[in-house]
Amino acid sequence: MTVLLEKLEAARKANDLSRLGEAIPYARWMGMAPENTTGELLTRMRYSPHLIGNTHLPALHGGTIGALLETAAIFHLLWEMDNAALPRIINITVDFLRSGRPMDTLARAKFTKLGRRVASVAVEAWQDDRSRPVGAAQLHFLVTPVK
Amino acid sequence: MGSEARARTLFESMPGDKLEVFQQWFSDTIPHNKALGLMVTAVRKGGASMRLDWEPHLVGNPETGVLHGGAITAMLDACSGMAVATVLTKAQPFATLDLRIDYVHPATPGQPVLADAECFRLTSNVAFTRAVAHHGDPADPIASSAGTFMLATKGKAAMGLHAPHAASEKGKGQ
Repeated sequence: MTVLLEKLEAARKANDLSRLGEAIPYARWMGMAPENTTGELLTRMRYSPHLIGNTHLPALHGGTIGALLETAAIFHLLWEMDNAALPRIINITVDFLRSGRPMDTLARAKFTKLGRRVASVAVEAWQDDRSRPVGAAQLHFLVTPVK
Repeated sequence: MGSEARARTLFESMPGDKLEVFQQWFSDTIPHNKALGLMVTAVRKGGASMRLDWEPHLVGNPETGVLHGGAITAMLDACSGMAVATVLTKAQPFATLDLRIDYVHPATPGQPVLADAECFRLTSNVAFTRAVAHHGDPADPIASSAGTFMLATKGKAAMGLHAPHAASEKGKGQ
């Protein structure tokens, strides 16, 4: 995790989170990156044809929305916590609220509760209209240092 | 699944090699499944199995090489959706309503992940699923999931069976 934590440190110094996404191969492949241009930390999943699950509608694969929600929660934890440990996911519950259209999707996470060992995080994802979310998730992470 | 007693499933009436049909549908036709490299390995009425090979671009932790949870989420979603597709009695689109995943144990880097899903209850509106992801022993899972799917969502029921999107489509169908 050192590479990731180094990137995190560099991103903090530059106050530019976008490079954090590059440190995670899967996030890069999915086109996911954090951004804080508006003062709040958002994670964007850039649209790409390989994210499609239903070519007829067309619609994003539900798994991509779940993955975005999870990734947004991880970026939130990394950014908000001064903890030299990577959060380890315990579980995720995803609600699929609307069909994800072929366009960029944004997600915003917030702590439901931050405890000593466990962080509960709620995340919402939307596309062009923030009041019409495409998905929402509740996640638990273990935030104790790895032994 | 209660309703099967009454009506024959589409799966049962499918001619030819069912595994091949589902491989074509889920592994080849659904872009994200194909991009992930998800392979359908088995299908039966009420159940589905898939394999996901470890690939460098699916890694979530660059230090350890452990797969990102998102790839496993997409796999369990797709596999659960496929299990739903095997119990439908009429062609209809469906979409994931919710999916809960417990990450019981990190995946071992370099090893393929296998998933087994079953649809254990079908009602007129909702299908209920459970699934596990593992490295060969389902009793020693990496992840375990419980899902629900809404039936007869918007869209077409394509391809003679249900909408091809079906499984994979979770997020969308509504």
